[in-house]
Amino acid sequence: MAAENVMEVVSQLGAGVTDSLAYLGALATLGSRAAYYTFVGPFQGKPLRWHSAASQAMEVGVRALPILSLITFFIGLILALQSAYELSKLGAMTLVAKAVALSMSRELGPLITAIVVIGRSGSAFAAEIGTMRVSEEIDALEVMAINPVDFLVAPKFLAMIVMLPCLTIWANTMGILGGALFGVAQADFTLGRYIQASIESLYIRDILSGLIKSVMFGITITAVGCLEGLSTGGGAEQVGRSTTRAVVVSILLVVVVDLVFTGLFFFLGNR
Amino acid sequence: MEREHPTLSEAKTVISLRDLRVNYGETEILHGIQFDVKAGETVVILGGSGSGKSTLLRTLVGLEKPSSGEIWIYGQDIAAISEDELYEIRKKTGMSFQGSALFGSMTVGENVALPLREHTKLEDSTIEIMIRLKLEQVGLAGFEYHMPSQLSGGMKKRAAVARALAMDPEILFFDEPSAGLDPIIAAGIDQLILELKKAFGMTIIVVTHELASAFLIADRMVLIDKGNIVAIGTTEEMRASVQPRVRQFLDRVPEPDVEGELDYLQTLTQGYRRRG
Repeated sequence: MAAENVMEVVSQLGAGVTDSLAYLGALATLGSRAAYYTFVGPFQGKPLRWHSAASQAMEVGVRALPILSLITFFIGLILALQSAYELSKLGAMTLVAKAVALSMSRELGPLITAIVVIGRSGSAFAAEIGTMRVSEEIDALEVMAINPVDFLVAPKFLAMIVMLPCLTIWANTMGILGGALFGVAQADFTLGRYIQASIESLYIRDILSGLIKSVMFGITITAVGCLEGLSTGGGAEQVGRSTTRAVVVSILLVVVVDLVFTGLFFFLGNR
Repeated sequence: MEREHPTLSEAKTVISLRDLRVNYGETEILHGIQFDVKAGETVVILGGSGSGKSTLLRTLVGLEKPSSGEIWIYGQDIAAISEDELYEIRKKTGMSFQGSALFGSMTVGENVALPLREHTKLEDSTIEIMIRLKLEQVGLAGFEYHMPSQLSGGMKKRAAVARALAMDPEILFFDEPSAGLDPIIAAGIDQLILELKKAFGMTIIVVTHELASAFLIADRMVLIDKGNIVAIGTTEEMRASVQPRVRQFLDRVPEPDVEGELDYLQTLTQGYRRRG
């Protein structure tokens, strides 16, 4: 009996691993096809859908600014409070600016931006494409000889890889300003000196590593949201399921991608 | 002297199915479908729910891949060609979906214009004229700036037909054209199909379970049951058929299924238990 149970566990584990690998494969396929239509297609007589990409960029990027500003401002403030707790014991309150600037631009700026975009846009991609799948609109595109990846996914892909780094820069700035509120109120900084201190503590590679991660996050979120939408089964409740899955899977994969790239930068930087 | 219109027997074959089999997972849905469609012919694929007729249509337009067999359209086996080649063939065909499948985020006019914008280099002004023309053909003149959500079911169907007509297709596919429409609107759609056939000599393939509509529009009928072709023939041949399965379908005789009744009772009692 025990042996059978072990076999059961092993086979389920195997099936789980196979499914996950198949899912990652599907994501990679979709991502690379979207990249093809974005970067290669225009040179082969398939013009980019600028109009569609611009309206997606508006939706993904510009409309996310208010909520992203608010959240990252608070995160910056929280970071300042948390680091001041320890730094004040050392009498090194002037290091608050450095702590906030570094953790925002290396890690929290890209990550918080990605999570806000997942909530706003990753879910919307899955819902939009899922609804189109259920109402046969994806089939209609196919039958009209219009490739759904070219028509629907590529503009989103372009919008995301352009807008996520932009949003991340904005998030970094707002986080630093949030920290500055604490710095000015509690740590004898003037606003000018706080910002000066922040800028001085940042190397270009700190910002760049965050931006590279944010591009990878953008690709991940687009691929997951669109894949979940495209693989929606029949029925309205399936759209809800796809949307939920898009959010959950995106958050998981963004953290995994974050870990991989942070590790990569760590070992490359220490060599 | 006026040249005589070629009769159907002389017309060339445009679609040819050879031993077509389709699987969903492990289950085989279609078991070796085989028939030809000639240019200018209207073929109605009849069958009950779950007979496989919708799967057959989806396979015909390349939305489902057959597990084996051949689908020849314009001399190419669409089961074996590349995506690009399939897209080239699709530009010569149009399809009207059961739920009309209009893009909800675009106006009716933009819906009709989409294939033209995608596949042709026509000027916007020309496209606008073509939109008006196509909408007029389906009796929807003046509706180009409406959103699909503002249209009734029958009007949506007509708009979908206008979109299918946009590229002046030679073959037109209809999935359940009268599903969900009241009898008068449904008769209007039948009339529209007849007009298209008469005016443009299009090859038309219709999937339906509506007998009256089938007999009105069909040149030939294909009756499908449980994934097999039961009968193929002209409307007269079908009416005169003595084959029991054909008679049962045409005379609308319910399935005498004892097991079915037991299942029915079982679902009732199970439902009762669940509620209790």
